Amino acid sequence: MDIRIENLSKRYGAQKAVDQLSFEVKTGEILGFLGPNGAGKSTTMKMITGYIGIGSGEVRIGDKSVQEYSDDLKKHIGYLPENNPLYLDMPVIDYLGFCAALQGVAKEKIEERIRLMVRMCGLNAEKHKKIGELSKGFRQRVGLAQAMIHDPEILILDEPTTGLDPNQIVEIRKLIRELGKEKTVILSTHILPEVEATCDRILIINKGKIVANGTAESLRKQATGQEILKLRIEDGAADQILHELRRIKSVDLVEVMDRSMNRFELQSRTGASSKREVFNLCVDKGWVLTELIPIETRLEDIFRNLTTN
Amino acid sequence: MHTIWVITKRELQSFFDSLIAYIMLVLFLGFSGFFTWLYGSDIFLVGQASLEGFFGIAFWTLFFFIPALTMRLLAEEKKTGTIEMLLTKAVTDREVVIGKFLSTFLLISIALAFTLPYAITVYNIGNLDVGQVICGYAGLLLMSGAYISIGLYASSVTNNQIVAFLSALFIGLFFHLIFDVLSGNFTGLAGQVLSTLSLSNHFESISRGVMDTRDLIYFFSIILLGLFLSELSLTKRNLD
Repeated sequence: MDIRIENLSKRYGAQKAVDQLSFEVKTGEILGFLGPNGAGKSTTMKMITGYIGIGSGEVRIGDKSVQEYSDDLKKHIGYLPENNPLYLDMPVIDYLGFCAALQGVAKEKIEERIRLMVRMCGLNAEKHKKIGELSKGFRQRVGLAQAMIHDPEILILDEPTTGLDPNQIVEIRKLIRELGKEKTVILSTHILPEVEATCDRILIINKGKIVANGTAESLRKQATGQEILKLRIEDGAADQILHELRRIKSVDLVEVMDRSMNRFELQSRTGASSKREVFNLCVDKGWVLTELIPIETRLEDIFRNLTTN
Repeated sequence: MHTIWVITKRELQSFFDSLIAYIMLVLFLGFSGFFTWLYGSDIFLVGQASLEGFFGIAFWTLFFFIPALTMRLLAEEKKTGTIEMLLTKAVTDREVVIGKFLSTFLLISIALAFTLPYAITVYNIGNLDVGQVICGYAGLLLMSGAYISIGLYASSVTNNQIVAFLSALFIGLFFHLIFDVLSGNFTGLAGQVLSTLSLSNHFESISRGVMDTRDLIYFFSIILLGLFLSELSLTKRNLD
């Protein structure tokens, strides 16, 4: 089931929480939803799941509008809300059974689904405990289990890995990637490496508007534009090396980072690469190229650039 | 229908798991038993095979107990955020409201069922008017329904349980007492309207053994109005 969002807006009083958002998520795609706190991530997710009304615009799931068919569509959505609210007084198994029954899982299948979820989310040792007795990481797993209990076609996860330890994070990411092959997944997070590790596509929003939309790769390309290299060249005088580097056609800028160590930072012209020329130059002059490090723009920098004004 | 039952079952389970149900049962049976059999104008003092004393006591104990049961129904879910988890499942707001209403109604019914031995005992020691007893129980159930509905509404407008409890009691007090008292102070139309609004009047006429459609309409209107308003205040989250 695809999700299509068109010109989605929502106001809270005078404040626009979501402003003319339009995007699409296809089956088999994992969309990472990024943005600073208060950017409108959770509000958008709440509108998709039908928890809060749509201000204006449209959310279509499959070919049905959420506004009209919210009650039918809920069955197809698995949702992990922000802060993972759970009935703390219920044992894990009872809680999963309750969720399964509400989501219309057939009676004879409920037990099988619970067993599967307990295994998938690693809850076996804790399954008879009350949820209130569990640690945060285990509660998060219960939250994931309840979202997936009815095998929904769409998964909406609001910060699914908060509170998990690094091992669990890796497991959950693997699980989400696995699920994402046949389902439509939207997940929001603050953790940038997580998006790179799990998502097919990244959507960055700020103040309710989309500021970037694409794969991690394409975002990087957009953001860098120019290649940056760190060099260390031995067996030559710093000034002479600098002079020769500046003469290379594809080079836009060269700066000396450390004169005594012969370290340079080199920026190529837009669209050009000067790695070969640098190497050839060193061969010609008999210098030794001991370091050549291409600098990738980190996702963090892209995120910061896009979301701070 | 199935969904409503799933919610009802969970709520009922939660009443029993959290001991609220046991405390309520013990207190209710203790109070009503004490005043029916041992103290005040109890059966032996009155010397008549009638359960009117018990119905009079239950009329007041339920009035106080029901807000204590209903206060957490929605307020707690709103406070902890579980309402978001619940309402994004394949349930409608109406099913949630009805499910929660039924859970409390069932608990009260269980409490009242435990007082049936009183009726059986009195039946065996004297000439009990069975029709009147049945009407009395029906009256208590209808009254409970009305107060549960009011309590549920009070719980739906706030996320603070104490506020829900007190406002349910406050609204309930009008129906229980104030309309009745006021109706005595007014004449003409105003007096008539107030006396029609008074829940105690309707309860009395039912527990005397007369099941009038007007009384039934009165109780069912309060129940439906309360449920409707609760649903409305849940649905309000959709509006800007």
